Amino acid sequence: MATDRRTLLKGLAATAATMTVVSTPAMAREKKNPPTDAVGLLYDSTKCVGCKACVAKCKEVNELPADTRNFGKGLYDSPDGLNEFTKNVIQLAKDGDAGKAVYVKKQCMHCIDPACVGACMLGALQKGKYGIVSYNVANCVGCRYCEMACAFNVPKYEWTKVAPKIVKCELCKDRLEQGKQPGCAEVCPRKAVIYGKYDELLSEAHNRLAAEPSKYVQKIYGEKDLGGTQVLYLSAIPFEKLGFRFSNEEAVPHMQQTVQHGIYKGFAAPVALYAILGAVMFRNRKKGAADE
Amino acid sequence: MSASRIPADDSIAARLERAGVSRRNFITFCGKLMVVAPVGLAITNHLGPEAVAAEIGKAKRPSVIWLQMQDCTGCTETLLRTSQPDLADLILNVISLDYHETVMAASGHDAELALQDAMNQNDGKYVVVVEGAIPTKDQGKYLYLAGKPGLQVLNDVTSRAAAVISMGSCASWGGVASTGENPTGSTGVISLVKNKPVVNIPGCPPNPYVLLATVLEYARTGKVPALDEQNRPKFAYDRLIHDHCPRRPHFDAGRFAGEFGDDNHRNGYCLYKLGCKGPVTHAACSTRHFNEVVDAWPIGIGHPCVGCTEQGVVFTTPIHQTVDIKRPMPPDTYPAIFPEHKGVSATATGLAGVVGGALVGAGLVASRKLGNGNGNPEGESTETKE
Repeated sequence: MATDRRTLLKGLAATAATMTVVSTPAMAREKKNPPTDAVGLLYDSTKCVGCKACVAKCKEVNELPADTRNFGKGLYDSPDGLNEFTKNVIQLAKDGDAGKAVYVKKQCMHCIDPACVGACMLGALQKGKYGIVSYNVANCVGCRYCEMACAFNVPKYEWTKVAPKIVKCELCKDRLEQGKQPGCAEVCPRKAVIYGKYDELLSEAHNRLAAEPSKYVQKIYGEKDLGGTQVLYLSAIPFEKLGFRFSNEEAVPHMQQTVQHGIYKGFAAPVALYAILGAVMFRNRKKGAADE
Repeated sequence: MSASRIPADDSIAARLERAGVSRRNFITFCGKLMVVAPVGLAITNHLGPEAVAAEIGKAKRPSVIWLQMQDCTGCTETLLRTSQPDLADLILNVISLDYHETVMAASGHDAELALQDAMNQNDGKYVVVVEGAIPTKDQGKYLYLAGKPGLQVLNDVTSRAAAVISMGSCASWGGVASTGENPTGSTGVISLVKNKPVVNIPGCPPNPYVLLATVLEYARTGKVPALDEQNRPKFAYDRLIHDHCPRRPHFDAGRFAGEFGDDNHRNGYCLYKLGCKGPVTHAACSTRHFNEVVDAWPIGIGHPCVGCTEQGVVFTTPIHQTVDIKRPMPPDTYPAIFPEHKGVSATATGLAGVVGGALVGAGLVASRKLGNGNGNPEGESTETKE
């Protein structure tokens, strides 16, 4: 119990020595590759006619309630974007009056290196089978870091529930187990969104770009952006106009984890913290003894 | 209509030939049956109207006894008011309408004799069609047919029938006569006839081809069609008006008629805001119109659906009161990719500031008071002793 100054200093010195031996310079985190069994979606906005069959089907298969708060209150399922009732939504990029309407489908991008998984402190969000970013409510404390971390604004918190969960697309993983496709891909009448193996979708996207170069912006969104995503997009107009604000190739967790793992390398941060705290305590104890 | 004139071959085909009904008319009629019952019936489950005509032609003409109770004769009218007179003629040749107060030439004791004859000659094989509600209060004394209460006539006639069809909403559950106070204790056939198959064909009036399809299906196969939980034939009542409404695109786009005769009403916009009951009404009207005339049905002519096939909707919900949408679907609009955020007004900012300031101030005062309280030596001593 009684630790004298001598013992404490000894301990600190020993820790410092260990650290010097063990620690190596903090290294940048390696770029992640898609898992070998990765699946995904390819959404071609030039094929989409905005029928919203995918929106209705998604609600049906995921048993989500209608969001009747907006357009024509009470009459329609009219979410104003992804939200706690909506895992999949079709948005309009251009006003129909001003020019040609361009639609874009929004759902989880199933990043190869997801920010939400990086941000989740207890592993409620995990990149699992087929590379699907899935959610396990048992591990969730409701901190909503995933909501903040996601560059695509995907995970949503159930604000209206007493025991809220995070709501996000999980690529109909239960349907995949039954040999079915994700609801949106199954129901799309124009095959604007197709489901398949990630590699095949990527080569299909490249084929489409090569076959009709004048039709598309020569870029597959999600091929490299933010470390790559398992949902790929093709478009006739720049992707910024479809609401994709980031096109840097570094994944979000890359810098985040490089910094954090650097700090914690060899347990440096806690040791430093407790060393300081210990020193303060030691000083105060001495002061207190002198007062008595 | 006497049965003695019917020869040995009493199939529908033979009868039509003898009656001189043109084959063309019969084929047309079969086409209409296929429209009203596109799925779910054995008689219309064939490749084309010719095949359906061959199928129905083989059936024995079903003997039909039509009872009229607390009715307005609207259901009779719907059967006979075809747009082409020869179709009404054809209908009376396809089925053997052996007793019908409005249609038959006989009256008085002759009419009663016709009823007894029909029951005796086709004992256990005839189909009873009931039109109108049946008053049950005070031993059914509010309706008498040939000196007997309607309730007793119903029991007598249906006890020897093969099947009973309730034609219209009144016969199905009591309809308008049973609404509200219900002074005569009116009710539907289904709550009185327990030991026979009962088919409800509600509507005010229902589509006559639904009745004909049901009767002919029974004549050909000996079975009533598949029924829903309210004993309505599924082939005609399994769909919502709203889901098959020709005005549905206007609903999805949020284009509504605001009042009768306004521009939106004239443009054929959705009638939901005028109280249309389409979203809660199961019936085939939106795809199968009346009197063989295209768009001859309420919504087609610009009036909201009143839900005449639904107990608890028609006669009870005000005609121009809107109904809840049970399963909202996406509208014909889209959320923007970059939504416009509404700015916060200066007043709201000021108000928030005032409230925030007051809270901070109150907190400060409270903490000071707490501080004083802790400083009180008496208070402290009592707490520490315990």
